[in-house]
Order: sequence, then structure tokens, then C-alpha cells
Amino acid sequence: MNNIDSINHVTGKSVYLDDILIQKGTLHAVVFGSSIAHGKITHLDISKAEELLGVEKILTYKDVTGQNQIGGIIEDEPLFAEHEVHFQGQPIALIVAKDEHTARKAITLIDIKFEEFEVVIDPRIAKEKGLLLIPPRTFRIGDIKNAWSKCDYISEGRVDSGGQEHLYIETQGAYAYPIDNGSIKIHSSTQGPTAVQKTASKVLGIPMNRIEVDVARLGGGFGGKEDQASGFAAMAALASYILQRPVKLSLHRLDDMKMTGKRHPYSSDYKIGLSKDLKIIAFQTTLYQNGGAAADLSPAIMERTLFHSTNAYYIPNTEVTTYSCKTNLPPNTAFRGFGAPQGMFVIESAIARAANELGIPTRTIQEKNFLTENDEFQYGQIAKSVNIGNCFSTASRLFNIEKIDNDIKKFNQENSLLKKGMAIMPICFGISFTNTSMNQARALVHIYQDGSIGISTGAIEMGQGVNTKMAQVAAKVFSINIKRIKLESTNTSRVANTSPTAASSGADLNGNAVLIACNELLKRLKESAAKILECSIDEIKLQDEQVLKNGQVTELSWEKLIIKSYLSRICLSENGHYATPIIHFDKSKEKGHPFAYHVYGTAIVTITLDCLRGTYEVDNVQIVHDFGNSINPTIDKGQIEGAVVQGIGWMTMEEISFNKDGRLLSNSLSTYKVPDIYSAPKAIECHALETVGPELAILKSKAVGEPPFMYGIGAFFAIQNAIETFNPNYKLDFDAPLTPEKVLMRLYEKNV
Amino acid sequence: MQTMISFILNNQLIKTDKPSGGSLLDFIRYDSNLPGTKIGCREGDCGACTVMEGSLNDEKISYKSIVSCLTPLGNAHGKHIVTIEGIKMECLSPIQNSFVANAATQCGFCTPGFIMSLTAHSLANEKSTKQKAIASVSGNICRCTGYKSIERAAEDISKLLEDKNINNPIEWLIEKRYLPDYFLSIPKRLNEIKENQQIANPNDVIIGGGTDLMVQKADELVESSINLFQDRKDLKGIKVENGRCIIGAATTASEIEQSSIIKEIIPEISSCFKLISSEPIRNMGTIAGNIVNASPIGDLSIIFLALNAEINLGPRILPLKDFFLGYKKINLQKDEFVKEIAFAIPTKPTLFNFEKVSKRTHLDIASVNSAIHLIVNGEKISSCSLSAGGVSPIPLFLYKTSDFLKGKAISSELIIQANEVMQGEISPIGDMRGSVDYKRLLLRQLFFAHFIKLFPNKVLASDLLSNSDMR
Repeated sequence: MNNIDSINHVTGKSVYLDDILIQKGTLHAVVFGSSIAHGKITHLDISKAEELLGVEKILTYKDVTGQNQIGGIIEDEPLFAEHEVHFQGQPIALIVAKDEHTARKAITLIDIKFEEFEVVIDPRIAKEKGLLLIPPRTFRIGDIKNAWSKCDYISEGRVDSGGQEHLYIETQGAYAYPIDNGSIKIHSSTQGPTAVQKTASKVLGIPMNRIEVDVARLGGGFGGKEDQASGFAAMAALASYILQRPVKLSLHRLDDMKMTGKRHPYSSDYKIGLSKDLKIIAFQTTLYQNGGAAADLSPAIMERTLFHSTNAYYIPNTEVTTYSCKTNLPPNTAFRGFGAPQGMFVIESAIARAANELGIPTRTIQEKNFLTENDEFQYGQIAKSVNIGNCFSTASRLFNIEKIDNDIKKFNQENSLLKKGMAIMPICFGISFTNTSMNQARALVHIYQDGSIGISTGAIEMGQGVNTKMAQVAAKVFSINIKRIKLESTNTSRVANTSPTAASSGADLNGNAVLIACNELLKRLKESAAKILECSIDEIKLQDEQVLKNGQVTELSWEKLIIKSYLSRICLSENGHYATPIIHFDKSKEKGHPFAYHVYGTAIVTITLDCLRGTYEVDNVQIVHDFGNSINPTIDKGQIEGAVVQGIGWMTMEEISFNKDGRLLSNSLSTYKVPDIYSAPKAIECHALETVGPELAILKSKAVGEPPFMYGIGAFFAIQNAIETFNPNYKLDFDAPLTPEKVLMRLYEKNV
Repeated sequence: MQTMISFILNNQLIKTDKPSGGSLLDFIRYDSNLPGTKIGCREGDCGACTVMEGSLNDEKISYKSIVSCLTPLGNAHGKHIVTIEGIKMECLSPIQNSFVANAATQCGFCTPGFIMSLTAHSLANEKSTKQKAIASVSGNICRCTGYKSIERAAEDISKLLEDKNINNPIEWLIEKRYLPDYFLSIPKRLNEIKENQQIANPNDVIIGGGTDLMVQKADELVESSINLFQDRKDLKGIKVENGRCIIGAATTASEIEQSSIIKEIIPEISSCFKLISSEPIRNMGTIAGNIVNASPIGDLSIIFLALNAEINLGPRILPLKDFFLGYKKINLQKDEFVKEIAFAIPTKPTLFNFEKVSKRTHLDIASVNSAIHLIVNGEKISSCSLSAGGVSPIPLFLYKTSDFLKGKAISSELIIQANEVMQGEISPIGDMRGSVDYKRLLLRQLFFAHFIKLFPNKVLASDLLSNSDMR
């Protein structure tokens, strides 16, 4: 089944933030950000800018009616810089004018001077200087100290991975206007409407019930709008609240790139020890997360790095330490995978280097160390329904890995300037917010008198198809045509206290809430039908828009049942509440059972490298993925294919570059390149592993948003594999992304 | 000076006195309340704002895709501009249907742009192939990266277009419900729009396709007096005169790419264009704009340098080599503008090759690019023109290397020696597009690539790569 929005998408009718019909008198806002990355504001004069015709007001921290301090996890970030700035682009003022052009012009009239401070952009230097956002954390299992002596082979190294710009094609933005009762309504392009509501409430200094946040859909989020939408929404709300006028703030792309955080770059050291029979005995790693200038979601992201630092392997002695380092970059934030890709890249690099040093294929080590049933993760959870071995062996068999190997060998012998490379990327990704309390959701289901249904949930539709899945759940419960069901915008007045749509959990949490609400309604409708048909409730069944009695079609259609139930004063609305059972985590021990279940899969990535020019193409990504029992294979396939290409982008061409002064160099689409249609792999084949699916997944259909992103990591190792083939002098190193520049330099690296 | 801009937007005649230098995108979205055309980047790099532009040429209308963010509103004058709302019919078009059927939309924000690119593709007077359908969306970015489903949709679309009447596509497309009926009335209605008489002011900003200026100073252009060049008939077109190929300043990259004259002179030139920006940008950007922008890595500058082109500035004609004075500094007086680019048509069989490497192969700015144009007489090189971008403050003609190669017999050894000469002739700087070492190595590789490609029997890749020490 296709996305329920697809017809509106292809006709351009879907409404995004900047498409909302604006009210008369709407003002437009532009953010004035810091031009330097670290320093003290010694002089700020906005008077000339404020005098410009058409400028309504310029807001600074002094105008904040509530508190100026924001932050999703730790309130360590000012909405508007007060006396110091900590990253380039940090908001200092908001220019509100009759139109965007005037507001932009006013920016040039602001007079500001700084005293510049030392800029730190390297997380290792930050750590040395004691600049940490939160104290470090360590996950341990086994006895790492005594494990090394049991290893026959030990390998060490350093691994770096770069940031990644979200580049949602719809930039950040909000549209706020005053409504009755001194309240403010905010349309925001956010993954976290409650985060926006809470932030705006604090900034304005009014209770949460006076802020209504509404989200129709996002033109892409990928994590970038989980936390970072809040500040911009609060600015628009504040301006609207003070001026009592509608205010729109829709970021220019260059401002968005400069002002918002990205995927965290990580720099890591590791040590890995193996036995003679290639079992990984010990793994120790320290990861330095480049957090940027404020905590944002870094603590939670750092936590997921800890959880996923051993990927799909069982390693009896593991010690992982992470430092969340404070630097003068924009606060880095959530991005599909949420710290897991960075962690997995380290263990995969460690295995690749060990294999290289031992002169064996990487997959020999991978295969020998996969998790098996009842293995314990370093965080104490016992692995259940483990499918990694199955995914790997199915992939090997189905895609004939021996043949792939032989074909590559043959190709490489026959071609001197083109070389092919291959890598295998297994994944294991835990599903649930690692912060247990966030694993809750609500859904409000109304059945209207005509039999149509409106569903509100806390989930945000951003292309992942969550609304379609919600509609499917309801259609299935009532056995009615899905066309009767409409998914409403996500609105904090209809569904309160929502968790952000993140952690791949949107469909599981909200879908289960929909399921609970619909099942309750179904019970009532069956009771009503039993009364009408004068039989017992057990004899009633709803099927294909009809009420069946003992399996026989009755005169009661869905529509008749609804109107009759309404006239009998039966409540046709229900609020479902779902909280994931079982899960828990004790941070004082760093042990628990944080995940409802894990998603497994294996990808075989093959590439062709042009060794003359240093450019490459991904030939094929062949995947065996554990979907559980997918409720929507079409949408899930789209998620897999999209995530793979986005992951390949992160590992190859997407290069975030800051200069030593903390100025973003890759600050536009002409300097920051994301995959285009020609950079997608020539083929992506995805085979669904046959499994029953876990009870805790919505209708046993596993979460699919983030896990396949990590398949893209395979592209790094496949390219590296081809470099090795061409240049025997190349000494393996692990510094992603592997851009054409890095590739060419490595192809012609001489032995030193 | 303020002129009335008149054009047909979808099915409606527009007359506006809005500034010529404002963006068509803003006019579509905010003045005409047509929100289906999206804002993604305002620099022509995402394609979310793609629309179709139809223009009359000898009573015949032809359509192409353009990015509305970089189109100065004034360039819409006399045209038919079609947004996603302009192809609304009682049903979905087969293109829209293919997107739905292949689940080729995720968040949907980029979708209208893709649909418009493919609709422009359907209007082409040529047979559709899967490759061409995909090439038509080469300027559209989908950040949900759902390209595989978009590819499947594009393949279906090209199959559906198999029976298209390429001589009269519009009628066929209307019959098959790709386009609404009103498209038939457009040529007549466009004919009724009078040409604007521009009164040039010496302080006017001259703007061609807008693909550079609108990126660099969109905010300023709204308030500037503009002199529009894109539709100047006297500055358009490609012709042959006295053994020279003359290209009008306002000729677009697409027009050069598709020119039968160019294809006949040096067929290899046409095939370079796939590596140059994207289809909508090539549909807009003019040759003079690309050269005057003086980017050290301007692709067209590099190609025409190797062709030993001359640049006609009206009172003066200069070799293109002498036009670039320094970083973004050009040899152009205040009252001069580029009229033509011309090059001598080689009388003997020539060899031409263009190489470009960028972070992303398509729709990206080169790290280094290079073009070579050779005439070989028996074993010997009788003439050589070599150019390279990204290795100096200007698009560079490599005099010394070209001279060095002249009169010599081609061998691996010679090419290795020539590289040494070339390395002494360049002065790359480290920036976003690569380090100094990388650019030097890359130019060597591209230089080798020229010869490996052109002389596979005389030059051995393994000799070149093993015998020359770079690092």
C-alpha cells in the first residue's frame, strides 16, 4: 500500500510550513547570528537597523519575557546570546519586519563588535582542556584488564568519522500567531511538538496550555528537527507574543546550514584482541564526541554510541568510554542512527584492520563473532530472537558471496585502472528511546457520524510513512476501507506530552496507542451491534465494512452501525495510551533492558573504483533485512533504499568542513554535496528475512527508520578494499568520509 | 527602468511591475499564491523550485525545465511558465501516476520539482529513453534519497512515452492527459505579448540566465536596475562564418550541447556537458555569463580555452586566454560587454578531450578540470592547446606544457616529462575543493587521462603511473 499522502505530494498540494496561508498583518523574521565562533560581545547597536523603514522590532535577550535559557536535556544554551558567543551563527537577535527582504537588509545595519576568544573545534583538544558537556560514561562487561593476556592477537588504532548535514530540503521554520486568551499558536516544522511547546512556554513565561503547537508534515527531518526546531519556534512565538502579530520565521538555507547542528563527528581510539580461532576476546574503545557549543541531544546520542559500540558481535570483555566534548561548533544533534553509526564504524574498522594485519578477509572475523541467542550485551540485556547469523548466512547463500568474490578477482585481474571492492556490513540496532520514560504515546480516535474517522497521534509525518501505518492499523481493527480514515495534523492540544518522532519508534509507540484506542472502540461497537442484532457480543464480527453475526452478513453496514451507535449515545471517541512494557535501564549501574527488541540485517556492498581519477560508483547493495512481519513492505522498502543511500553519502561525499576559526566552509549546497540520482547504487536488492516479528513491534512489524542507514558504512570498506587492491603500499586508515580526494591520495600513497 | 513584465503563468496572463531582478520563485509562491513550487536552497542546487518555461521560436513553442529560484522575473517576459498547479487535470498525469505507483515520494517536498523536470522531458522533440528521463532529473535532489524508486518511475515514464509523436508532442501529450487542454492555446496567446523595449542604462547590471548572479547577490538584484540579455536575439545562436564557429553571448549551455554545428565540428564537446551542472541550469546559463563570472574552475572557460577561442567585446576582440587577469578579475571595460565567443574550425582532424573531477560527479563544481585539443601529424603533435581549472587564480591556459608537447612524438615518457613542465606552470591553493597536493596529483591524473583516452595504443597507463613520482 502506498503512502496516503502520495497523491497530494505529486500534485503539489501537500502543505508544508511555508505553504500555510498567512494571515493579514503577518510579519517576517530573520535571525542575526554571530559572525565569530567564540568571543565576548563588546558592543551591540541595533538602533540603525531598527530605524529602517519596515522594520517592526529587533529582539535580543533583553526582550525575552520568560527565561532566555533553553536546551532539550540540559538548559545550557541561551535562546539569544547574552554576553558571549560560542559558535558561528549563534543567534544574537531576531529582526522582525514587514517582509523578509527588509529584515535581511536590516541585518547589514547592525553594529556589533567582539573580543575574540580561543576557538576549539577538535574534540580531543576539548577533552584535554576539560571542556566536557557532561561527565564521561563507561559501559563494561567481563574483565577487560585480564582479558588481554588471553588474546593471541592484539590490534590498536584510531578511527575518525565526520559530521553530516541533515539538508532536509524544507529548512527549519515556524509560524506563530496570537489566539484567544493570551495564547499563541505555533505551526512548526518540528519532530518534537511538545519540545517546541515546552521551550516556547519557558521563553514566553506562560504555561504550556497557552501554547498550541501544530505540525502537518515535514519536508524531511532525519533528526535535525528533533530538538533544533524548538529555538526557532520559540523566537517566532516570542515575537508574536510581544508584538501581538503573526510572525513567520523560515530559515534561508545558508542560515540553516550555518546555525544548526549536524551529525556528531567522532574521533576514537580502540584496542581489540582476538584468539587464535578469531574470536574477539576483548574490545576497548574511547570515543570523543564533538558535541558543539551546547548539550542539545549529545548526552543521549553519546548513550546510544555506548549501546551500539559492539554492533552485532558478542564480545565477552568490553569496555567503552565516551566523552561528550564541548567545542565551538553549532550544537550537534540527532541524525538518523543517533550515535550508533559512529560507534559501529569503530568496531567495524577495528575488525577490518585486524583482518588486514592477519591477512584474512574481514568477513572471516565478522562471521565468527556474531551474537547468538541469550548472549549478554555490554549493557546487560540478554539478546533474544537473534537474527544476525541468519541474515548473514542467508545473504551469503542468496547473493552467492563466493561468486561475487571470484567475479571481483577476475575483474581486477583484467583491469588495471578500474578495481572493484566489496565489504559486508552487518547491523544490530536496538529499538526504543534509551531514555525509558520517553517510550509512551497517545492517540485520539474519533469516529464521526458518517463513519469517517479522524486520528490524531503524537507522531510526525516526515516522509517515513508513519501516518499511512497508523491508518492501516485502524483500518485493520475495524476492517474498513482505509479511505475512510484521515490522519490529522499533530497538535499538542489534541495529543499532549508527546515524545518526539525519533529513535525509529514513531510507528511502534503511536501505532500501539492507535491500536489500543481502536480496540476499545471496536469493543463498544460490537456491544452496540449485539444490542441491535439481539445477540451476544461473541457472535459479532466486523468484516469488510459489514457486521457479521455468526459469520453471516447482516443488514448492518459500517455506516449504519455508526449512526445507530451514535443515536444510542455511545461514545465514538477514544484516547489510547501506550507505554512500552518490560524496558528499563539503571544509569547508576549502566545495566538494564533498554530495548523492546533489536533489528538485524546484513548488506553486501560492491563498488568500482576509477584508479586514475579517484572516483567511484557503488555497483550493488545486496541486503537481507529483518523486518519482522512488515505491515507495509512498500514503505519499508523506501526506508531501506533511502537510508542506504544516505548512509553511503555520509561515508563518501558528504564532508562537513570548518576552518580553524570555527567558520563553516561547507556552507551551501554548492560546497556540501549530498547524493544525487547518479550517485545512488546501480542496484539495491533487499530480501526480507522470514521471521515472525516481535510482539512489541506494531503488529509485529519492526521499526525500520534508522537501522538500514548503517548499511551505508559498507561503502567505506568496499572502497578501501579496492584501494588496497590497486596500491599495495596503502596502509589502512579509517578517516571517513572517503571523498574522491582522500581516495586519490591513498591510491598513490607511497610506502614510507 | 521599470517595465511591465508580461507572461503566462499556467493558464493565466500576468502583467506585473515587480522588479525584473526579483526571483521568479518568489513571484510564483508569494505573489501568485502557488505554493506547489518549493524553496530548497535558492542556488539552483536542489531543484525543488523547478518549473517549465515555454518560449516561442518562429511560431513554434518549446518547453524546458528551469529553476525558478535563479530566474530573474524579467526573464519570464513573453514566456509560458508552468508550475505543478499548471498541469492539474481531472486525473493524475501518467508521470504523476508513475510516481504514485512506484512509491517515488517520501516526504514529498522535492516531488513537484521532479514531476516538472519529467514533464519537461516528456515535451522534448525526441524519443524518450530511461537514460534521458533520468538525466532530466539530474538537477533534482531527494534528501529522503529515494532515488531507486524515482528511477523505477522514470523508467516506466520513458516506456509510456515510447509512442509519443515527436513532431507534435503537445497534441499527443494532451490526448494522453500529460497536459491540460489549455496548452494548445498558449502559442497564440504568447504571440500577443509584445516585446519589452529595453532602454539600457550604463549602470545596469547585465544579467543572462541568472545562474551565477542570482546566487551571489539575489538581495541586491531586487533593487538594481537590470539589463536582461537572455532573450536578446542579436546575442543568441551558433553560426559558422569564414571558417570560424561563432557563438552568441546569450547562447545557453544546452543550446551549445545540442547544436548540430558543434556536434559536427568536434563531437566530443557535446558529451562534456553531462558533467557540467544540471539540465535546468544548462537550460538557463549562458556562455558569456559562465566566462564573465571568471571562476577559476568554470567548465566552459576551460573548454573554450582549449579551443583557442576569442572573445568579442564589441570594440575589441581578445584571445580568451588574455581575458582573465586575476582571481575574478577580467579584461572588460566599463562600457563593454561580451558579444560573441568564436573559435577557428580546425581544418585537420583534431582530438579533443575534457576531464573533470568533483566531489560528486554530477551537478558539482570541479576540484580540477582540464581540456585538451590536439592536432596530430603522423607520430607527432603538430598543435596542442591544454587548459586547466582549479590550479590557479584564473582558468588557466597551459602555455608551457602546450609548447613543450608541440612537435614531439607521443610516448609515455613524453607525457611524464610534460607533467613535470605542467606542475611548474600551476599554483593551486588549498580550499574546500581540495588540498594543494590533491589538486596537483589530480591534474596529473587528468592530464594522463587525456592521453590514455586519446592514444590507447601509444601511451600505457601502467608506465605513466609507475614511472612518475608525485609525492
